[in-house]
Amino acid sequence: MIKALLIDDEPLARSILRDYLTEHKQIKLLQECNDGFEAIKAINELKPDLIFLDIQMPKITGFELLEVLDDPPAVIFTTAFEEYALKAFEKHAVDYLLKPISKKRFQQAIEKYLFNPQAFKNQTNRLLNHNAIPEKFLERILIKKGSVLKVIPVNTIVFLAADDDYVNIHTLEGDYLINRTLTYYEKNLDPSSFVRVHRSFIVKIDQIQRIEPYEKESYRAILKDDTRINISKTGYPKLMAAFGN
Amino acid sequence: MKEGFESNEKPYFVLWTFGVVFLIWSAAQMFLLSWYGLPLSQSFLDSIVSGLVFTLASFIITNALRFYQPNKEKYSYILIWVLLLTLLSTYLSMVLINWLFPVDFAYISFVKASLPLRFLAAFFLIGSTAIFNVLWNTQKHRNEFEKRKSDAEKLAREAELFNLRQQLQPHFLFNSLNSIVALIGSKPQQAKEMVFQLSDFLRGTLRNDNEQLIPLKDELEHLELYLEIEKIRFGHRLEVLVDVQKEAMDMTLPAMIIQPLLENAIKYGLYDTTDDISIQIQSEMSAQFLELKIKNPYDPNSSPPKSGSGFGLRSVKRRLFLLYGRTDLLHTIAENGIFTALIKIPQNYDKGIINR
Repeated sequence: MIKALLIDDEPLARSILRDYLTEHKQIKLLQECNDGFEAIKAINELKPDLIFLDIQMPKITGFELLEVLDDPPAVIFTTAFEEYALKAFEKHAVDYLLKPISKKRFQQAIEKYLFNPQAFKNQTNRLLNHNAIPEKFLERILIKKGSVLKVIPVNTIVFLAADDDYVNIHTLEGDYLINRTLTYYEKNLDPSSFVRVHRSFIVKIDQIQRIEPYEKESYRAILKDDTRINISKTGYPKLMAAFGN
Repeated sequence: MKEGFESNEKPYFVLWTFGVVFLIWSAAQMFLLSWYGLPLSQSFLDSIVSGLVFTLASFIITNALRFYQPNKEKYSYILIWVLLLTLLSTYLSMVLINWLFPVDFAYISFVKASLPLRFLAAFFLIGSTAIFNVLWNTQKHRNEFEKRKSDAEKLAREAELFNLRQQLQPHFLFNSLNSIVALIGSKPQQAKEMVFQLSDFLRGTLRNDNEQLIPLKDELEHLELYLEIEKIRFGHRLEVLVDVQKEAMDMTLPAMIIQPLLENAIKYGLYDTTDDISIQIQSEMSAQFLELKIKNPYDPNSSPPKSGSGFGLRSVKRRLFLLYGRTDLLHTIAENGIFTALIKIPQNYDKGIINR
């Protein structure tokens, strides 16, 4: 028996898939989830084999949800129109259903899954591992502390510091360690407000109070909370460019 | 920026070209003079002097044409310049040769005898330089013009495409179709209803001309369709309170100006929350303005409201500026979990200016 979950914030959208699923007796629908948080809880408790996942959902998107799971199940994405997401799907051969979802297309996806569930699951993992998930710029960062999920809106960030294999995110409310690289954040945070001023630092520019010379030919930034951040030779012109737009 | 880049590059090219012209000219003249039996030292100096003077004249006409090229009707000016320059340069070369060889009468008389030839040769050189420059500059202007034109056309096309896509709102459209598919099985009557609403909404979207002023009640009617569809999609979660005075209903506003604000309210209020929400539309009137407020709740932990930065709000601001030449007609406030967009529409505004 294959355990499945339906995750979509629109009841009507769920009802279509629920209806289609009744014809597949080997798949058991365990639960329907209305948003990402509910889904994370259900996935951790019920350990489904397969989930149907909508991308645009309240609080956290379908992608963000997958990123905080330790061992994501096999995923069939459902979406209405996500230009950038579709490109990533095609590149990694992940299966997705476009709304309105036809029964024929749904059955194809199910058959593909049943043919080789493990390979199907691996496709999703590959998509996640390649950081191929397209976003415009990050609006929030999700951090898992044990079973608690913390949402950090990017406008509460003060600066980010590299810390071995981790990044330490300093926010107005506290510090958080996350297993990612600084380069990832350099790429995915809006460069008009976040600047990589040093190999080890990204600063939110509206948190800078002043910039002063420091040692020979180098500078450092004094933040509003009095933190001192070194600025490298290559970081300084980037910072100036960001200030001057 | 590009302009500066070009003017930095070109002088070297121009100088090299004239260097080559000078060398060829002098070599040719030296060969000719030696052919007619002039001693080597004389023919050398003569050639260098004439070459220098005439190349300088060509250089002058090139620069003159770079900064000012007469219209087609005034090409005769160029002929006059060329003639004047030829006269001047021939005279100058004479004076220089006289000054360099003051005592060699035989040579001076030879130079005088060859004056018409020298004049003709110089005229040929300076004239062809002028023609070459005119052709070159004309072609360059034409290329630049073509490029600007194609850039502008490309930009306009992209903007049009973007607008079209924006109007059709693919996300909304496909999600609505998905809901209809779901309803066809369970509630066919409601499915039918939704098809009609969606059609009316799309028709309204396509019909509306951005330049046109329409009464508030028409705009609200259009928005009503949109909201009804969203209500079917999200069930009882969405509540919309419209509080507009009767008198305000006939006041006018640019078509589809509220739509992006409402979409924004739906996006942050409805799509990004899980609770029941209510969106409010309120009006206020003054002598010069119709003021509308659109309020929606938002989740401060999930999507930080960025006042006036999203595409929808930016496009409204831009349109208001294009129509009324003011940037202070749209304000946004985000506090205590409520986002408010406040828009002011000038009334009794000279329609002639808008429809221009």
